[in-house]
Amino acid sequence: MTVEDIVRILDGTPLTCKDNLGIEVRTACGSDMMSDVLAFAKTQCVLLTGLCNPQVIRTAEMMDIVCIIFVRGKQPDESMLELAEENGIPLISTPHRMFSACGLLYENGLRGGKMDA
Amino acid sequence: MPDVMELVYEVSNEDFTRAGEASSDVKRKLKKLGIPSDVIRRVSIALYEGEINMVIHAYGGKVTVTISEEAITMVLADKGPGIPDIDKAMEAGYSTAPDNVRNLGFGAGMGLPNMKKNSDEMNIETQIGVGTTVTMTVKL
Repeated sequence: MTVEDIVRILDGTPLTCKDNLGIEVRTACGSDMMSDVLAFAKTQCVLLTGLCNPQVIRTAEMMDIVCIIFVRGKQPDESMLELAEENGIPLISTPHRMFSACGLLYENGLRGGKMDA
Repeated sequence: MPDVMELVYEVSNEDFTRAGEASSDVKRKLKKLGIPSDVIRRVSIALYEGEINMVIHAYGGKVTVTISEEAITMVLADKGPGIPDIDKAMEAGYSTAPDNVRNLGFGAGMGLPNMKKNSDEMNIETQIGVGTTVTMTVKL
């Protein structure tokens, strides 16, 4: 699945890196807790979150997260957009709620990473 | 590449939104040096968690990163309150972070365990009322 597919599936609006939506996404992670994302997210993963602050972008940067989806129509502010653009991370806003957004992606074949033993 | 490279950062506690600037800069520099991406990822995660900890618990501090041919060493020194019980602090899920920090998406009690997980060696020196120094090494 590519970021472009995600935009289509989630009725999303791309907010940054609009020329870079062909990137491949392997797994997904849905969380408002960046502590958990830092501890559990896998590589080439997309992050779905309802949290909207600059540390979400920082977390994605450190974890090499491919793309961030803000659920419930959340809109990142100017500083977040700048930080994401600087780091080449596409931000997408979707009107869907967290559960529905995760469900739609799952239905279309995207899976979470394997659980750690 | 010079034999040893040292990077020093002041971590300010005044603005939580700026936490991560040191980790971000280190990550960029490691990329430029051509360090393997899995090593960069581990260093970035460990350092970012440490930086967040310094902002949450210790009113900021100083980060020194040394890059040699063998390893990347990160020293995070603060003049914060110290850690009363390190064993407890190392337990996954144990947290003393205030609610406002949790609202920002942190303080789940995963920071120190995650720092240990992502480094090859981690050492904590702490003294109540004086401060804490965390040293982490990731081998190349």
